[in-house]
Amino acid sequence: MAFLTDRKRASGMGSAKSGTHHFWSMKVSSVALLFLVPMFILTFGGILGSNYAEVMAYFARPFPAIVAALTILVGFKHFNDGAQVLIEDYVHGFMQKILIILLTCLSYGAAAVGIFAIAKLAL
Amino acid sequence: MVQLALPKNSRMTTGKTWPKPEGANNIRKLQIYRWNPDDGKNPSVDTYWVDMDNCGPMILDALIKIKNEIDPTLTFRRSCREGICGSCAMNIDGINTLACIYGMDEVKGDVKIYPLPHMPVVKDLIPDLTHFYAQHASIMPWLETKTNRPAKEWKQSIGDRKKLDGLYECVMCACCSTSCPSYWWNGDRYLGPAALLHAYRWIIDSRDEATGERLDELEDPFKLYRCHTIMNCAKTCPKGLNPALAIAEIKKMMVERTV
Repeated sequence: MAFLTDRKRASGMGSAKSGTHHFWSMKVSSVALLFLVPMFILTFGGILGSNYAEVMAYFARPFPAIVAALTILVGFKHFNDGAQVLIEDYVHGFMQKILIILLTCLSYGAAAVGIFAIAKLAL
Repeated sequence: MVQLALPKNSRMTTGKTWPKPEGANNIRKLQIYRWNPDDGKNPSVDTYWVDMDNCGPMILDALIKIKNEIDPTLTFRRSCREGICGSCAMNIDGINTLACIYGMDEVKGDVKIYPLPHMPVVKDLIPDLTHFYAQHASIMPWLETKTNRPAKEWKQSIGDRKKLDGLYECVMCACCSTSCPSYWWNGDRYLGPAALLHAYRWIIDSRDEATGERLDELEDPFKLYRCHTIMNCAKTCPKGLNPALAIAEIKKMMVERTV
C-alpha cells in the first residue's frame, strides 16, 4: 500500500507520446491486405494440384511471386502489430515484454522463411 | 495477467430470502447483490419480493421501497431520481444503467441487480469510483485559454456550439467505462470511454486553446489506444450518448496531425 494521491495514480508516468504510428500502420496494412489476400488466393489457388515443374515456372513469373511475397510480408507485419495489442491487453509486467519479444521473433522469422521460399522458387 | 475467475473472497453465495408481502397480488422478485465490508463474509445475493401495486414504476422506486419497508441495511447511491445526477448507476438485468430511469417493466422475469462491474465495492450496490473520477480530472475538464480573458465572454458560433451536443450531456455515471472490457483489464492506465468523451468535448470546443496539449496527453498506447471499438459504451449509455464515436474522432485527429 503506497500513499499515492488518486490523481497521481491516474496520471501514472504520463503520456508515452506514441501509439498513433502503431494505430495508423495497422490501418494501412489492413487496407493493403484487403487487396493482397484476394489476389494471393487467386494466384496461389490457380496452381494448386499442379506438378513441380509447373509451380516452379509459375512462380518464376513476377506477378504471382511479388503478390505472394507482399502477402507474406504485410500479413506477418499485421499479425505482429495485432498480436502485440492482444498481449498488451491481457498480459502485464515482465511477462508482457518477454512475449512481445518472442512475438517479434516469430513474426519476422516466419516472414523471412516465407520470403526465402518465394525467392527460391522465383529466382 | 488477466483474471478469468473471481478471487476467493469475491465468490458469490446465496443470501437471505426475505418474506413475500402478505395479501399482495402483483409481486416482483428482486435478486440483489449484498456485501458488507464489516462482517468478513463473501458477497451474496439476497431475494426480495415487492408489491408492485404499492410501488413506483422504476427500479429505484423498488430499491427505495425495500430500504424503507423491508431491509434498511440495503445500501445504494441515489439523488435526483430523474437521470441527471448519475448516482444510481448499477447493473440491472445485465445492463449498466441508471436505476431511476429504468422501468421495472423493462425487465422480464426476476430483477437481478448488481453494482457496476469490475470496480471495487464499498458496500452492496456502491462501487468505489475514486480512480474513475481522478482519471476524469486528469483530462483537464475545463476551458484552457492563453489569450487574455475577454471583457465580456468567450464567443462561440452556433455551429461550433452544436459540436458539443452529444458530449456535454454526460453525467459521469460510469456505466460506459465499467461496461468496457478494455477498461476491466487495463483500467489503471486506460482512461475509459467516459473520460475520453469528456476529453473530446474539450478538444473540439472552439474556445479552448490547449488542443495540442490535450492531444499530446492522450497520445499513449494505454490512455487512448486501448479502445478497440467494442461499442459496449455506446450500447449501455443511459443518456443515449456515443463515447466510441468520440474516441474514434480523437484517433482521427491524432492521425491528422501525424500523417
